[in-house]
Amino acid sequence: MNELLFLSRFQFALTACYHWLFVPLTLGLGIVMSVMETLYVRSGDDFWKRTAQFWQKLFGINFAVGVATGIILEFEFGTNWSNYSWFVGDIFGAPLAIEGILAFFMESTFIALMFFGWGKISRKAHCTSTWLTVIGATISAWWILVANSWMQNPVGMEFNPATVRNEMLDFFAVAFSHTAIIKFAHTVLSGWMTGAAFVVAVSSWYLLRGRNLEMAKRSIKVAAIVGLIGSLGCMGAGDASGVDIARTQPMKLAAAEGLQKGSCEAPFSIVPGVEIPHMLSFLATHDFNGFVPGIEDITRLGYTSHQSEEVLSGEAKIAEGRLALEAFKRYRQLRQSDPEGAAQALADFNAHKAYFGYGYLENADALVPNVPIVYWSFRIMIAMGSFVVLIFLLALWLDYKKRLESSRLFHYGALLALPCVYLAGQCGWIVAEVGRQPWAIQGLLPVNAGLSSLAPTNVLATTLIFAVIFTALLAAEIRIMTRAIKDHQA
Amino acid sequence: MTYAFLQEYWWFLVSLLAGLFVFLTFVQGANTLIFSIGNTEAEREMVVNSTGRKWELTFTTLVTFGGAFFASFPLFYSTSFGGAYWVWMLILFSFVLQAVAYEFQSKPGNLFGTATYRRFLLLNGVCGPLLVGVAVGTFFHGAEFVVNHDAMGDGLVISTWTGAAHGLEAVLEPWNLVLGFAVVTLSRVLGALYLQNNINDDALQERLRRAVFANALPFLVFFIAFAVHLLTAAGWAVDAQGTVTMVPYKYLQNFLDMPLVLLLFLLGVVGVLAGIFLSVVKKTRCGIWPAGAGTTLTVLSLFLIAGWNSTCYYPSLTNAQSSLHLANSCSSEFTLYAMTLVSVLIPFVLAYIVWAWRSLDVPGITRQEMSQTEHKY
Repeated sequence: MNELLFLSRFQFALTACYHWLFVPLTLGLGIVMSVMETLYVRSGDDFWKRTAQFWQKLFGINFAVGVATGIILEFEFGTNWSNYSWFVGDIFGAPLAIEGILAFFMESTFIALMFFGWGKISRKAHCTSTWLTVIGATISAWWILVANSWMQNPVGMEFNPATVRNEMLDFFAVAFSHTAIIKFAHTVLSGWMTGAAFVVAVSSWYLLRGRNLEMAKRSIKVAAIVGLIGSLGCMGAGDASGVDIARTQPMKLAAAEGLQKGSCEAPFSIVPGVEIPHMLSFLATHDFNGFVPGIEDITRLGYTSHQSEEVLSGEAKIAEGRLALEAFKRYRQLRQSDPEGAAQALADFNAHKAYFGYGYLENADALVPNVPIVYWSFRIMIAMGSFVVLIFLLALWLDYKKRLESSRLFHYGALLALPCVYLAGQCGWIVAEVGRQPWAIQGLLPVNAGLSSLAPTNVLATTLIFAVIFTALLAAEIRIMTRAIKDHQA
Repeated sequence: MTYAFLQEYWWFLVSLLAGLFVFLTFVQGANTLIFSIGNTEAEREMVVNSTGRKWELTFTTLVTFGGAFFASFPLFYSTSFGGAYWVWMLILFSFVLQAVAYEFQSKPGNLFGTATYRRFLLLNGVCGPLLVGVAVGTFFHGAEFVVNHDAMGDGLVISTWTGAAHGLEAVLEPWNLVLGFAVVTLSRVLGALYLQNNINDDALQERLRRAVFANALPFLVFFIAFAVHLLTAAGWAVDAQGTVTMVPYKYLQNFLDMPLVLLLFLLGVVGVLAGIFLSVVKKTRCGIWPAGAGTTLTVLSLFLIAGWNSTCYYPSLTNAQSSLHLANSCSSEFTLYAMTLVSVLIPFVLAYIVWAWRSLDVPGITRQEMSQTEHKY
């Protein structure tokens, strides 16, 4: 891999991973604190006001770093991925602009009212502002996930060789694609799990210390309910995502399972050597005998999909892609000087354009992402996520049994759930993003053709600056957060 | 709606966002005054909390400006951001530091101390407007790049920067710097005017009034110098065939060809001067409103003469035919149309921002509030 490509990918991964440390807590804690403030408005009980304000304080500390890390990502598409910005900017830019107009202003306006509006606006208006802050954050997530989903499953557009870019044909196909809906549900609800796990963990710490007992117990109850709803939705969306990926990104699924050869009885690998027969077939197709292609089918052999479509091998697609690329170059050379030649070149291009992006790949091996990373990330995500679900269930059970305060084992488990939920979230994105390599846009544009024209030292320098700044800010955030938790007297 | 209309409409929206952003840099300007205006901790705290209730609007406007530019003129995004790399990156770094500085500066356990975070605010207050001014200067003075769509056939980059400094060279162009300093001093004027309006404190009022005056003088020098330079400068025009040529007095010609835009410019300048006058001479506290509206109109009109009337808004100094104008850099007609439908929601967004702003500002910030409330930075 060339140096510029490696550094550009590394920088994007670094900034995205940092951003995703803060965003899920915003989404989840936002719901929990909004529910608490609603309880205050409905009951008039000052206990809920103080409790909501405490969680809002922690929300604010986290929110600031989320905003700071987010702005980088938006501009990085231009700074480090110049070709990408033009090649798909006609589709990709719109969700970002709409996100700014519809979501960011909502978040930034109402968060100011949430923090500084106590006593200045009515209780109901304040509670509405709190909800609108988290709704704004969630709408923001919608549009950025629309953009990301379009990269995973590009729909509603067509390549225009005259402008050398993909152009949008159907806004609704982009904005409400099946992939976007699933990804939104899976991602946002995983954020609910994160926020809920955070509240349960912090509250359990208070219970362990014998402090703020009433606030801790009642917070755990609210958070566990939000967390459980999030977990169920997240699992449902995860299941739908499996079927969607099997259809749109079969290589990602094959890599996530380390599946070399396809089969109609594909087993699900729990860890290497331990398998559940037929399970992968079922998860991918909802049919215990559905065909799931393996890495070799996708790269060299070709296959017939579960939907009975003949799928070319990667090698054949690359050959087609090269023909498309050659015709495209010919068209660009002749379009001014030789209209007839250009028309022929265009006809040749159209005959092969479905595989245009494959023309940029060296060979079929380039189609295979890093299998161990994707395989293990997937398993860690599931294991960690399952543990967190168990903690939510346990919390509700202990609350029902009135043993929430006394069960120290649960308190330690809840503390452990906090790093677990973050690890699950990070691993989820690693599966999604490493798993789709080498594509920036699935099937359309590999990452090596999307770069900016920069000397690698520029990207190295900014990466180092980002790493230092973000790490320092993360350290400060954790310290401020722990101090605020420690000092709180309910 | 024709394709040409949609292009001009989106250039108008991008220009309006730019105008609003420069107005909202009163946050940055006021932050450069934290240490010079605030003699005591209570005074510095009032300044930080006053801008602290608005900083997210400035930040969000910057992000939306980026998003709207990307969506409507993606070739600019891929050319300028990937080319003038360091200017944009430095702007981003300064805004990243600003974003956390408010929330962290007074919190126990913040690792680096209150003064460090306030220096981040100061750094952003100077570097943000300066570099934004420099970046916008390249809209008039051009930059060294080439656009070649055929490069995609070989997997090469379409927009390439021909200078190795990747944007830093723009900082060395004197007229870009003049514009940069004009924006810095303007933001300080606006900052002082905003604080006058927002903080109810007698001790600060007089110092803020002096700050308005002290910054208005260099601002006027930089601004007048830049305006004279711009109106006498040549610009790059594009004809119906897409051929780019240099035209003497292009920006002056644009004003004359578009008298409404000239009117906006003149109204804007009068607004800024009126704001300064109201503060310095009339000793009132409402100068931010005419100055803010004036800033928005002035910047809007400058952007409009940069992009409308068949003008190249991002001229290439390496190859004039690579210059960016509305028609060769915009999104497809369908995308512009779809986004235009979404843009009808903008007045609704503006309405709730105004409501929120009024709700928070009605009593104004006082020493008493700062010493009593928990809800502060």
